[in-house]
Amino acid sequence: MPRDKRRAVNPGSDASQLFLLTRHSSLVTLTMPFFFWFFAIMMLVFGLAVIINRNPVASALSLVVSFLGLAALFITLGAFFIGIIQVLVYAGAVMVLFLFIIMLLDLRAEERRRTNFVAFTGGLLVALIFFLQVYLVIGHVRGADSPFPSMPVPRPDDVHRVGLLLFGSYNLPFQIIGVLLLVATVGVIVLSKRELR
Amino acid sequence: MVSLGDYLLVSGMLFAIGFAGVLLRRNLIVIFMSLELMLNAANLSLVAFSRFRVDATGAPNYHGQVFVFFIITVAAAEVAVGLAIIVALYRARRTTHVEDVNALKF
Repeated sequence: MPRDKRRAVNPGSDASQLFLLTRHSSLVTLTMPFFFWFFAIMMLVFGLAVIINRNPVASALSLVVSFLGLAALFITLGAFFIGIIQVLVYAGAVMVLFLFIIMLLDLRAEERRRTNFVAFTGGLLVALIFFLQVYLVIGHVRGADSPFPSMPVPRPDDVHRVGLLLFGSYNLPFQIIGVLLLVATVGVIVLSKRELR
Repeated sequence: MVSLGDYLLVSGMLFAIGFAGVLLRRNLIVIFMSLELMLNAANLSLVAFSRFRVDATGAPNYHGQVFVFFIITVAAAEVAVGLAIIVALYRARRTTHVEDVNALKF
């Protein structure tokens, strides 16, 4: 291992590595709120753009940007594996599927129909009340306003840890998920194969 | 410093945006995208809780991340089946507008 050799050659490098590590983590603590708010606002703004845009293609592209912000938030939480999976599955696979279907169906921008005013304000009101309720509940979560407990070392091995759990105690759900994917594949092929009458 | 409550608040906002989209929009595909937003809002709070529950060795609680893995998988399967149903609906009715699909309307 070259790393061990280097350490053997220069015994003082341990202390300097530790120093670098602490400096690095203090840098992380300083810049963390900026990254959090930047990506959170990016995610929320583009999430709003999904439901405001009248053109479905623009909605789908906003959804991609929103999910990229979400993946960045996962990475600020130290969940590297989930962040990468988020980008691969959503920005890669699901969005291509959405765009493909939108273009296949040749949907143009929705023409302005007369919106039912009562239904519109009712829906908006229900969503606002829901958010208010979530806000009030979060105030009561124990430890919600205390910062995250610090991790002593950065942990890039979370793929290993998640994999151990996935093939260990979650082995049965993992296989059931495999069956679910098979059923979904067969179902999609059956649904799109012939005309439903 | 960013707290757990901030992540939960952002997650709740994203969920509320998705919820409003499902209630307000009339295009089936956009409703489907709003459903995805809600699923991912739940994922964000699960990962935040996983990071919050650090054990004695300083590792986060990976059970939450395994849950997120399962949710992402189920969401991908759901998108595939749902879009196939939307395509079948479009073939039968030439529309993706929920107000034109009123066969069961009382």
